[in-house]
Amino acid sequence: MDARETGSAPRITVDRDRCIGAGQCVLAAPEVFTQDDDGLVDLLPGHEDAAGDAHVRDVPMACPVQAVTISDG
Amino acid sequence: MTETDLRTGSPALDFPQDRTCPFQPPQEYTELREHGPLAKVRLFDGRPAWLVQGHAEGRALLADQRLSSDWGHPVFPVVVQRTEGRGGLAFPLIGVDDPEHARQRRMLIPSFGVKRMAAVRPMIQRDVDRLLDAMLEKGPTADLVSGFALPVPSLAICALLDVPYSDHDFFEERSRDFVGAKTSAEADAAFGQLYAYLHGLIQRKQAEPGDGLLDELIAVQLAEGALDLDELTMITLVLLVAGHETTVNAIALGALTLLQHPEQLEMLQRDPGMISQVVEELLRFTSVSDFMVRMAKEDIEVGGQTIKAGDAVLVSITLMNHDEASYEDPYTFDVRRNARHHVGFGHGIHQCLGQNLARAELEIALGSLFARIPGLKLAVPLDEVPIKAGHDAQGPIELPVTW
Ligand code: HEM
Ligand code: SF4
Repeated sequence: MDARETGSAPRITVDRDRCIGAGQCVLAAPEVFTQDDDGLVDLLPGHEDAAGDAHVRDVPMACPVQAVTISDG
Repeated sequence: MTETDLRTGSPALDFPQDRTCPFQPPQEYTELREHGPLAKVRLFDGRPAWLVQGHAEGRALLADQRLSSDWGHPVFPVVVQRTEGRGGLAFPLIGVDDPEHARQRRMLIPSFGVKRMAAVRPMIQRDVDRLLDAMLEKGPTADLVSGFALPVPSLAICALLDVPYSDHDFFEERSRDFVGAKTSAEADAAFGQLYAYLHGLIQRKQAEPGDGLLDELIAVQLAEGALDLDELTMITLVLLVAGHETTVNAIALGALTLLQHPEQLEMLQRDPGMISQVVEELLRFTSVSDFMVRMAKEDIEVGGQTIKAGDAVLVSITLMNHDEASYEDPYTFDVRRNARHHVGFGHGIHQCLGQNLARAELEIALGSLFARIPGLKLAVPLDEVPIKAGHDAQGPIELPVTW
């Protein structure tokens, strides 16, 4: 599986195999999520703490294919 | 005891019904609420179908791969006569399941990403400005559909694909004939002409490349054999039709909704920065793509019911977007609300590929329209505005305005 995650807790995990490039994550939290040249989700580096941000918290629900998960701890 | 079988008990309603108010769901739909998150309805050919109206249940179902979008399946539900007997005609993207769907979608998503769509905004703005200049010059009356709502998405999708806009009358008409056809013979005729046009265009482009998405697909996917000429023609056809038919309605019905809610429009005019929020609420409130069609591949338990393998499932975008469990006072248009998680663009793997293009078009078109013509008003009473039938994308056929 091609999944990328941040190092510290709480952790944001994105599953690029599921991603359909709808960009809901980028619209909701552009400071944390981006789309690469393939149009697939990627995390911007250095935003490990952002999982606590209200906009970021909304992304797992906003993503149409559950490609974004946030795990506490 | 709850009914758990689609074939027992009688369907509550024939589906779809026409709206009477252009932006409110038909009264009959709101009465379906008492049946819970899933109601039973009857299609024109007598087939019973589930109508999903719960927001949470609908989102769960749309994310569930046991529901199929395979239009080519011999018993895929038929909602309008024009699509009868088209089993086997596979529409790419919207009418296929994974893994075929994912293969096709992956080729296209780089071209529809958030950044790419931000880059086409200046082009859309230029087109919108020119159309408004022309309208103002000819005024003080206009049909907002043919003079504005239609050319905006048409120019945008033509430029994006690099399909000659000079042919727009031809493919707009065929595209309208196709979605508006009353019989499958009429639909086939319009489809055949669109197909032949695009097939020929791709062949011409192979010899003389342009600079659009279509040319990229020809240069990469067609050349490498990832797509053949037939599949590329079908994908182009889907993009062209999907790029037109919904956005024109979203712009026109969006403008009408704002005109009918002057106090809400005033808030936007005082604070133009609200436009993206206004557009999200419009997408929720107007739900121009009224419903989506699916078929169950396996039994699915949801909302206290069992959807059986082979059952027809209609997912009501309109009713999901008006579910009181998710939106307070859902039948009120309120630009200050947070309309998040609306399903105006669907949900799951088929969620609209063009949604960020559509958002850009809507924000620029509606924002500029009301900034340039603040005194815009309807030229006829609301009940004289002709609107589309229930099975179509929802919106006005004509929208006479004055200023
Ligand atoms: C406001 C305007 C629009 C609305 C309301 C809208 C709505 C929708 C909806 C509800 C779906 C999901 C259908 C389903 O799940 O069965 C969809 C899919 C799709 N839309 Fe849009 N759409 C709009 C504009 C556009 C534009 C501008 C394009 C331009 C290319 C486009 C291209 C597509 C495509 C290709 C699909 C199929 C995606 C797939 O199956 O993966 N749409 N749209
Ligand atoms: S919202 Fe989900 S599907 Fe869309 S780009 Fe982000 S991760 Fe991918």
